[in-house]
Amino acid sequence: MDERRESEANPTKNRTAVERKSERELVTTRTVNGPARLVFEAWINAELFRRWWVPKSYGLTLLSCEMDVRVGGRYRLVFSHQASTMEFFGTYREVTPHSRLVWTNEEGDNGETLTTVTFDENAGKTLLVVHDLYPSKEALDAAVASGSTGGMPETLDQLDELLVSLRASSVTK
Amino acid sequence: MVQYSQVRFDASFGALSDATRRGVLEQLGRADASITALAERFHMTLTGMKKHVGVLEQAGLVSTEKVGRVRTCKLGLRGLQEEAAWIERYRQLWGARFDELDNVVEELKLKEKVDGRTKRK
Repeated sequence: MDERRESEANPTKNRTAVERKSERELVTTRTVNGPARLVFEAWINAELFRRWWVPKSYGLTLLSCEMDVRVGGRYRLVFSHQASTMEFFGTYREVTPHSRLVWTNEEGDNGETLTTVTFDENAGKTLLVVHDLYPSKEALDAAVASGSTGGMPETLDQLDELLVSLRASSVTK
Repeated sequence: MVQYSQVRFDASFGALSDATRRGVLEQLGRADASITALAERFHMTLTGMKKHVGVLEQAGLVSTEKVGRVRTCKLGLRGLQEEAAWIERYRQLWGARFDELDNVVEELKLKEKVDGRTKRK
């Protein structure tokens, strides 16, 4: 790969890239320093999966993680964050050992999102491509919009409040 | 970066200090519109509306595109900024996730090596 040598400061960490490829698609890529069979194992073995899927720094606790990794098998993840819980669930559509996993995300209100993960081994490293296909442009826009309320830069939050109050005052005029 | 957003914020604040411009934003929130249509809607001259749209454009609240003889206005950069911010947070989540995955894979590699030494697994 002719990718730039990853940051000298931390040579063990590879770069994660995210791109909105189209109105409905989001693509995340990352190289992991290990052969595809081991990386794949970490995606299909619930005990291993739960150790990395929820980053420690996110203040989330994975309460349960059930994964029946075979075509037509289902998964269910339950998280708790402060007082509330969130569930993520869906069905595995394709399971091709060491190279490809496809599952649905059925927890959304706007229809199913399809996630395809490919594992591409080269010289002992594995390139992971996580491809999310949303059911519609609106569904991806909604995901973006709902995510934006969480950690907006402060100035934009203020601008939002300002817009709301302006809107309210212009209505009453 | 901080200063840059402060400048943007000030510009936005200025842009929003005018009732017509607030009205234009609301209108564009419902649908894109040409400058001519906006001028008619707000009962003003084309030149007057161009000025207002210019201020909103400067603040990044509106973007315009000229197709043929018609300049169409729509809600601008700010929406794009939100998307960029969201994608960056999403990237950080996956980055953190993959860093933990590295640890798991390192452990599996080590285990395989040790197992391989005793007997082929």
